[in-house]
Amino acid sequence: MIELTDIHKAFNEGQPNEYWALRGIDLNIAAGQVTALSGPSGSGKTTLLTLLGCLSRPTRGRVRLKAQDVSGLPERFLTDIRRQTFGFVFQQFNLIRGLSALDNVMLPAYPLGLPHRELRDKAEAQLAALDLGHRRDARVEWLSGGEQQRVAIARALINSPEVVIADEPTANLDTALSKQFMTILERLLDEGRTVLLTSHDPLVVESAVVATVVRLRDGKLVEAQMLFQPAIIALLLASLLSAWRCLPPQPLSPRN
Amino acid sequence: MLAAAAPFAAQLIRHWNIASGSELQLRLERRTYLFSTLTAVVFAAQILALLLTVFNADHMAVMFVGAMCAVGTLNANAWGFPMLYGQIAVFFLAAAWLTLNHVDNQAPDYPLVRVKYVLLIALLPVVAAVGWLQLRYFLNLRADVITSCCGSLFSNDSQTLASEASGMEAKPAILLFYGTLGFAIFANALHAGLKQRWTGAFAALASVAGFIAAMIGILSFISLYVYEHPHHHCPFCLLKPEYGYQGYLLYLPLFAATAAGIGAGILQPFVRHPSLTGPATATASRLAVFAMMGFALFATIATVMVLHSNLILLGA
Amino acid sequence: MKLWIAKQRYLADFTLASLARRKTKNLGLLLVFSLLVFVLASVMLFTSALRHEATQVLASSPEVILQRMVAGRHDLIPPGYIERIGRIRGVQKTAGRLWGYYYDPVVKANYTFLGLTEDAPASGRIKVGNGLARYRGVQAGNVLSFRSYSGKLFSFTVDAVLPADSELISADLVLLAEADFRAFFDYPAAHWTDITLSVANPQEVRTVAQKLANALPDSRPILRDEVLRTYQSIFDWREGIVLALLSAAILAFAILAWDKASGLSAEEKREIGILKAIGWETGDVIRMKLWEGLLISLTAFLAGYIAAYVHVFHFSAALFEPVLKGWAVLYPRFTLAPVIDGLQIATLFFFTVLPYAVAVLVPIWRASVTDPDAVMRA
Repeated sequence: MIELTDIHKAFNEGQPNEYWALRGIDLNIAAGQVTALSGPSGSGKTTLLTLLGCLSRPTRGRVRLKAQDVSGLPERFLTDIRRQTFGFVFQQFNLIRGLSALDNVMLPAYPLGLPHRELRDKAEAQLAALDLGHRRDARVEWLSGGEQQRVAIARALINSPEVVIADEPTANLDTALSKQFMTILERLLDEGRTVLLTSHDPLVVESAVVATVVRLRDGKLVEAQMLFQPAIIALLLASLLSAWRCLPPQPLSPRN
Repeated sequence: MLAAAAPFAAQLIRHWNIASGSELQLRLERRTYLFSTLTAVVFAAQILALLLTVFNADHMAVMFVGAMCAVGTLNANAWGFPMLYGQIAVFFLAAAWLTLNHVDNQAPDYPLVRVKYVLLIALLPVVAAVGWLQLRYFLNLRADVITSCCGSLFSNDSQTLASEASGMEAKPAILLFYGTLGFAIFANALHAGLKQRWTGAFAALASVAGFIAAMIGILSFISLYVYEHPHHHCPFCLLKPEYGYQGYLLYLPLFAATAAGIGAGILQPFVRHPSLTGPATATASRLAVFAMMGFALFATIATVMVLHSNLILLGA
Repeated sequence: MKLWIAKQRYLADFTLASLARRKTKNLGLLLVFSLLVFVLASVMLFTSALRHEATQVLASSPEVILQRMVAGRHDLIPPGYIERIGRIRGVQKTAGRLWGYYYDPVVKANYTFLGLTEDAPASGRIKVGNGLARYRGVQAGNVLSFRSYSGKLFSFTVDAVLPADSELISADLVLLAEADFRAFFDYPAAHWTDITLSVANPQEVRTVAQKLANALPDSRPILRDEVLRTYQSIFDWREGIVLALLSAAILAFAILAWDKASGLSAEEKREIGILKAIGWETGDVIRMKLWEGLLISLTAFLAGYIAAYVHVFHFSAALFEPVLKGWAVLYPRFTLAPVIDGLQIATLFFFTVLPYAVAVLVPIWRASVTDPDAVMRA
């Protein structure tokens, strides 16, 4: 679905503090499954995610979305593609304070100019599907962390995107809420959406829902491995066993 | 402010490379937003300034011996009328630029970027010249100069362009007026229907001709009917409260229609560009429809004013 | 088109909500902006109302006034002058006028006495201006006494108090019969203060003046149009001075607006970043910010203008009377006839809203071009 060829991305180009966050990435993202980007902090996962989600443009290389080259598109058109194709869930949720949950969910659709009634109904349906119907008029800063994330997910889904992008979705959640998130992830898959996420939370990366894990280091791919290969399953079982042995579970590692 | 923008426009022309994702290109792309907003503001300010010039000239008439309305004040020195013409020109040029910008923004590869910014730089001296004229005009105002009032400027024996226009006999003027306006309406309708390049250019030319004919018509007979006075040719008194602000009804559709007609024409050289064909054709035909309706509305209003009047110029 | 309107509605909605969320920040700007519009609008409304008033007053005054000059000073018109003028072509009516000043030690103020030959009050009766009646506390029917310059005491019965709507010029006026006037001032018989001439055709006024100057070389014709022009330039001059002083205020305001617009709080920057990340385009953010500017400036403009209207026409411009009016002791307490014209509103709009729009444009643009991926990198 998304095809990257020889992607490079530089920051502060031409200046003494020039820094290449990505150097030569070739990657194919399959539709209808969950792909996780994983790697240590500074490995370029988030930069890669912004490129995949059309939030930014590569310095060199090609990005093809459904066979259309989008790497040279100016912001005006990139934004248009982005809001039709992608929904974003950010690590800090990034909800707008002072507005109600419902208003926050409706926000990405404002520039599209849908009839107000229709948009409202859509937003209410999204909130209800995530068990937030009763909280729709509450200001977002009054919501709990889990509720905030579900508002963020509802907001990501308001324009019915094909792809949902989540940056470190479980970094600010405890285990129970993380598990709840994984359930939502399954629901998204069932609806036929593609999900891209960054994480180094084992709960996410090693989950059965995640079909592909892309590992990064220093702006390059380490290996792209398919799960469900016999060797991998054996490894997974081993790690599960060891995890079971050293209960209670280790505290969740912080982001990056 | 536009002058401050010039170096950035020049940089944009030199370094533009749409395929690149370099930070310089991203910066340049962002700058285009500033320029288009800036030009839109200049355009809006120009409309206001045009109104204000005429208003203010009208208001100051009492200060000048012999001046009875805006014409007299504008005639108080040699800069007045060039200033007014300059402002009208800037209005149409800014409208044309915004049309180009609008269409260009619909094509993902921004094919007209260089053209647009070369034009913007070309526009600068015009704006500067108009500013200079304004300055000269206001600095050279002397309250004791005896100026001509509209009665003498638009009377038959003086030899200015305006007097040529207003001195025209009512009958040929009416024929010219309706003939050219009809032609402008037809040309714009033709373009809206056929959407060819030549019809677009044709529509623009016809719109300009329509504008000139409309001004001649206002000077030579419409104003007479409105004032119900056989020798009062002034195009500004129409805007005064004494005549119920009827001028706005005339000038608004006229200026809007002319700007739209010019816009339809200005797009034609770029229609062949592959990524522009769709948006340019659609916009041009929409503008042509708008221009057509504008001219028709103008002609209708003018006709109503003439029929409503008690003055009889043409013997039945 | 419909889509466009729906889009703008959403943007305006959002803007309203975000303005409401940052009340204190915007309230200060709104207040300063309204104050600026208020002051500017007050000056403009006031001078234009005065100008209007003066024009109205002069509209009914004679086209030409003839004064006799002796040694460069205004002197009495000797007998026989009026007869010598009578035969100039184009002059409809020629009449002598009697007027003079009287200093009243009781209220320490100057009155203008006008001796009337037509429609005059009966002998021993006067009509007085509103300001005078107020200061002396008289009403119709009361008796008013003045000690003349020759030391004699004169008592007049007040016939009527002049209507208040023309108070600007009639505040200090005393109208009395010709004979009373001559007796009170010991005015030489058959002499006049000046002569008024009515000329029907405005084109002929200058010719008439020329002929007068030729026929009576010791006289000075004063044309109504000249007076009108002088008034206009005096009012314009005063308005100009005030506006010039205020232009510094406009500049200061533009700087404030620039500062306010560029000094986005971290919270606002974050919000714009979020909006861009979730699918708003740079143009959308600019339009949203322009809506914000439009709402603020229109609100301020309306509030300031209405306040100025109330100030000028209901409170007689209490704040600037000392600057813009004359210096008489019998200060007219008049209500101006409300005059509003399009030019004024357009000018005011041009000089307040436009500087604001221009001042905030660049900061708005700068805020709106944040990288869409900024929120993820932070």
